[in-house]
Amino acid sequence: MTQNKSDIPSYPHRDLLGIEGLSPIEISFLLDRSEAFVEHNRQQTSKKLDTLYGRTVVNLFFENSTRTRTSFELAAKRLGADVINMTVESSSIKKGETLIDTAMTLNAMHPDVLVVRHSESGAVKLLSEKVNCAVISGGDGSHEHPTQALLDALTIRRRRGDLAALTVAICGDVVHSRVARSNIHLLNTMGAQVRLIAPKTLLPTKIETMGATVYNNMEEGLKDCDIVMMLRLQKERMQSNFFPSTREYFHFFGLTYEKLANTKPDALIMHPGPMNRGVEIDSEVADDYGRSVIREQVEMGVAVRMACLETMCPIGNDDKGASES
Amino acid sequence: MSTKRADFTTPGKIAYINAHLINPASGLNEVGALFTNGRKIEDFGPELFRKASGWDVPDGIEVIDCKGLYLSPGFVDMRVQTGEPGFEYRGNLETAGKSATSGGITSMVCLPNTNPVIDDMSVVEFVARRARKLGLTKVYPYGAITKGTEGVELAEMGLLAESGAVAFTDGIKTITSAKVMSQAMSYASTFDLLLINHPEEPTLAGSGVMNQSETSTRLGLSGIPAMAEVIMVERDIRIAEMKGARLHLANISTGEACKVIANAKKRGVRVTCDTAPPYFALNETAVGDYRTFSKLSPPLRSEADRLAIIEALKDGTIDAIASDHNPQDAESKRVPFAQAAFGGVGLDTLFALTLELYHNEHLSMLEAISMITDKPANLLNLPAGKLEAGRAADLTLFDAERGWKIDSGKLVSKSQNTPFDGRPVQGSVCRTMVDGRTVFELS
Repeated sequence: MTQNKSDIPSYPHRDLLGIEGLSPIEISFLLDRSEAFVEHNRQQTSKKLDTLYGRTVVNLFFENSTRTRTSFELAAKRLGADVINMTVESSSIKKGETLIDTAMTLNAMHPDVLVVRHSESGAVKLLSEKVNCAVISGGDGSHEHPTQALLDALTIRRRRGDLAALTVAICGDVVHSRVARSNIHLLNTMGAQVRLIAPKTLLPTKIETMGATVYNNMEEGLKDCDIVMMLRLQKERMQSNFFPSTREYFHFFGLTYEKLANTKPDALIMHPGPMNRGVEIDSEVADDYGRSVIREQVEMGVAVRMACLETMCPIGNDDKGASES
Repeated sequence: MSTKRADFTTPGKIAYINAHLINPASGLNEVGALFTNGRKIEDFGPELFRKASGWDVPDGIEVIDCKGLYLSPGFVDMRVQTGEPGFEYRGNLETAGKSATSGGITSMVCLPNTNPVIDDMSVVEFVARRARKLGLTKVYPYGAITKGTEGVELAEMGLLAESGAVAFTDGIKTITSAKVMSQAMSYASTFDLLLINHPEEPTLAGSGVMNQSETSTRLGLSGIPAMAEVIMVERDIRIAEMKGARLHLANISTGEACKVIANAKKRGVRVTCDTAPPYFALNETAVGDYRTFSKLSPPLRSEADRLAIIEALKDGTIDAIASDHNPQDAESKRVPFAQAAFGGVGLDTLFALTLELYHNEHLSMLEAISMITDKPANLLNLPAGKLEAGRAADLTLFDAERGWKIDSGKLVSKSQNTPFDGRPVQGSVCRTMVDGRTVFELS
């Protein structure tokens, strides 16, 4: 686990704010690094490394999160870093000025990496422009959730060997999903075919221009797919007329064995969690360990975040600076 | 609801000979014969059962001599309120069914403005079951676009469509919110469902009771401007265009709306529309001396609008004619004009009034019959409105010339609120067949 010492770094960016703009080489580099940590994490001995010993990672979450925050915390601790968790209820603070104030305050304490989640698209980028340390996005609004896309890619790659030439169907609430957007970017960059399946109310305008074929019918959209990625449906969307009822949603867009019969026989089932059983996915399908890799995704999450923290926190790199220059 | 079950004995083989066959879907307009076997049409055409000097029908087939009268596909009425469930004092599926069959209508589509509203699969199934048991006119329900037709939350359109709703509308209620209409079109187009709106901007219509014009001013009645229709037509067309959705506008009554629709059709927007007899056969002067039977929604318009509607029927801007049958009990109409309920009955008179367009030489016989047969059936994908071997034998035999007078005391309909009371018309339904069974015969 040594740092890449060649003249051109394999990951030449200070931050990880999104997947858009990353090259196949950069993505593969992060996935390769993650791969090594998967085996490490499975050891029944001490999982603690000293790669980031003495370095400081701050988890700055402006939006509630259990899974992502825990995953980053565990990843940082396994690398030996000191971790501070800050959860700021975004509803209780004024946005804009306060966000920058918070960033400046933290920056003065010289952390090495800031992991930031925010409910507004673009907020993580804004914050990254005001600090001197590396920033990893833990998800911003409906824009991007890069580590989720990476852990999804790692899960697929370990099962299928290669992402290229796979057909991946992403189903459900695309309009509000940062997971979908990051995955569309990553899968396209790596040469996979992306399909989106949802009622028209849950598909954002011109989404096909991001590199996806759009379907409004599960049976058609799932035809001969290699991978089925379900998205979480937020029931509170029902009041906003995105769909009439969970009963109707499940009938037409919930993943059942009946609909799954249209995919390739060995298609993998994925879900970023937390699941609404009986809304977007049938309980039996979710628990089908032959095909559902939902738990594996969680495992890959820690490895991917270790790789990202390690990469964004290079040793002896003193030329970091706020990227606003 | 203790209706006796209809006699469902499957009819045998029947030959309708010497019939003037008219089938707008194929352009057939010629004397010939039609042969039904049980519930289905088996064969038809000018050569069928012909021999040199008359007709030659094999033994074992009942023969009905049509004496040269027109034999048409049964009529299709795409806008009906029956009163059931919820408003049975105005009418129910049985009274509407009898009224419809006397008017030659073998398929009718009901608005969801019932109580309970047709926004749930169980109500769709209730209406279907009742209609099957009655065995009169076939009944297809519309589903509501929004729960309770309240214009706020989307109804389960996908599931309603699977259980038999043929298209979606809040019926006599306009969807006021542009946001809700846009979400409804977006959602409906997921399943390629047709949405129908009653195009009247409610804040402009306000408390208006008749067309806003010189007449309303002289009568001292508050008016509903033509603009209320045009603005809503414009809005819905823009939304449909943006969403790529299918839109149908019901009961078009103004010339301006026709222009907007014609224009949208030219641009390729997936929009269609219908009108009802009052809007091409009457104008606002029918309100006359505060005649509440002439209080309709949309209101009877100006003479210029009436003429524009006829033009729009001729040039294809308007796709179909519906009765807009809306029974109201006497108490709802025997009140001062402003307090009276909107609506008129129309099942009994849809055919005769549509035929006026033929007698007045605005439309050919084929064009006029098409407005109440294959055109509405195509809009809603109904298995009706066409003569075709293998299809259900839903047929109407009519005399295009026989004259009669519409009399509000003598309609078959339970409620008698026709705006056409006293009008002489030409064209009578002589016999109506549903699934091969004769369900109405002129005495």
